[in-house]
Amino acid sequence: MHFGPHLLLAALEGLVTSAVLALTALGLSLVFGVMRVVNVAHGEFFMLGAVLAWAITTAIGGHPALGFLAALVIAPLIVGAIALVAERLVLRRLNYNPEATIVATIGMLYIIQQLALSFYGPEARPVEPPFSYRILLPWFGYSGYKLSIIATSALLLIATWLVLTRTRIGLIMRATQYDSETAQAFGIPVGRVYGGVFALGAMLAAVAAVLIVPISQAHYLMGQDPLLLSFIVVIIGGLGSLRGTVVAAVLIGLSDGIISMFFSPTLAKIIATLLVAMVLVFRPQGLFGTASR
Amino acid sequence: MSEASPAKAYALHLGVIALLFVLSFVLPEYYYGLLARIMVLAVFAMGYNMLFGYVGLLSLGHAMFFGAGLYGAGLAIIQLGWSVPLAFLGGIACGAVLALMIGLLALRTTGVAFMIVTMMFAQVFYLLILYFATWTGGDQGQVVPQPARVLNFGATSLDLTNPTVRYMSALALFSLVLLVTLAIVRSRYGRVLVAIRENEERTKMLGYDTFSNKLIAVVVSGTICAASGAAYALLFGYVGSSFASVQYSILPLLWVLLGGAATTLGPLIGTVFMYYVIDVTSGYTSAYLLIVGVALILLVLFFPKGILGSIRQRWLGWLP
Repeated sequence: MHFGPHLLLAALEGLVTSAVLALTALGLSLVFGVMRVVNVAHGEFFMLGAVLAWAITTAIGGHPALGFLAALVIAPLIVGAIALVAERLVLRRLNYNPEATIVATIGMLYIIQQLALSFYGPEARPVEPPFSYRILLPWFGYSGYKLSIIATSALLLIATWLVLTRTRIGLIMRATQYDSETAQAFGIPVGRVYGGVFALGAMLAAVAAVLIVPISQAHYLMGQDPLLLSFIVVIIGGLGSLRGTVVAAVLIGLSDGIISMFFSPTLAKIIATLLVAMVLVFRPQGLFGTASR
Repeated sequence: MSEASPAKAYALHLGVIALLFVLSFVLPEYYYGLLARIMVLAVFAMGYNMLFGYVGLLSLGHAMFFGAGLYGAGLAIIQLGWSVPLAFLGGIACGAVLALMIGLLALRTTGVAFMIVTMMFAQVFYLLILYFATWTGGDQGQVVPQPARVLNFGATSLDLTNPTVRYMSALALFSLVLLVTLAIVRSRYGRVLVAIRENEERTKMLGYDTFSNKLIAVVVSGTICAASGAAYALLFGYVGSSFASVQYSILPLLWVLLGGAATTLGPLIGTVFMYYVIDVTSGYTSAYLLIVGVALILLVLFFPKGILGSIRQRWLGWLP
């Protein structure tokens, strides 16, 4: 292939990564924005979504679309419920102290990872895509399913944006994010909001995982990369900013796709990680928000 | 805290060292080897505690300092054919220089951003090891050959692969680092560090340059961790990328939390205890990560001061 088609292919692959990354990072960003909790276990909720998608599609059988749609609904619900329990049992008791919650979510990460290893096993397992339709582009055919991931992700992001800006639930969440004490004084059940936001964040990661699993297989260690990339997106995009998250996700996804195709995936990760670390070092207050409030 | 009885504190620490020495004659072979490894890793935990316990800076990237020592010493022998003492010093120097660089950058941030920045630098370090696989051996790692791990003093030679030599070398390093940390935390400088942990603004107002004090602490902490890594490469003969992964940044945090942050003997107790728990439970289950995870959550929920920290709070106020 020539350079042009190669670049287009890299850009398309990058956009698929961006779509999944935007959803995952949005979950992390909401949790940090509203609760001031850095959820290190976020990648494991992602992994759990993929593993559950495998379990659900295997259990249902029949036409792949049937199992996939069921997984798309059920897997995030289960992951959300698990996250809610974890929030109630652990994070709330720590009073959302930033450093203690980091240690606690590291603990959750290990527990979820080990449970996945024990019950699911170390193999990577495939999930059949709901449809296998190839769209013919001028130089090559491209998977229609991959394009539908981009569309689905865009729809979900718009839906989240509408909920956050146009509904009462969104208003309550923003009030809690802005000043949780005043919100409490005005009768907003801050504890319940925190529980809901933590579950919602985990569910967004799970949805993203269900979308990606037909092209990347489910594996118990698959949560590590999305976690790191989400951190990068959240830091570059700025906290609690949906627009920033999407822009950063597209930026990171595209550059990851292109650098990976023309150089090496490891080099792409090294460059992205180093750049973001430098951004954090030289503009900590600007990009990491008002951490000390 | 410990002002009342300097003699008592030094006696206790010398007692622990003496106990470890005596233990070497009574322990069965298996535990003999295990304890040597634990002492080297406890040095890693002590280095971590220097920064986390005494300055209150939670780093999630200390695996890179351990890794710098490990690879600095290991590659100096494998690729450059250096002698053991030179390789050991080379590994420590790698860690010290890296710590200085990372400290200058990462200390511009605080709190949560500090953790994430250190984690990211460590991730870059880890990825670089994988990227330069032709020299580092990538994720397979490399074995330091046995003939290269012999110390020659003229006519006599010390073989680091011999269990007794290995145990005594580990004990020597452990004792040295223990006494050095004890001296540091009891010194004027150590008090400044604790003051920074308790209230950085007030310390600044008292006229202390908190940035350079913290920077020194990062370098000391990184250097101790690198010494542990270098010793690991020389004594156990394996240099691998897993030692630079995120997990090895989290383990020293776990050991220190368990033993008691900001206590000089806590890291040793935490490391011994965690190894022992894993050793016992691995007889029943292979779910090693589950234990680590549950331990982290339970510690942070119910036991934030750790074993020695709680003992100090309840009974022995003089513990350093």
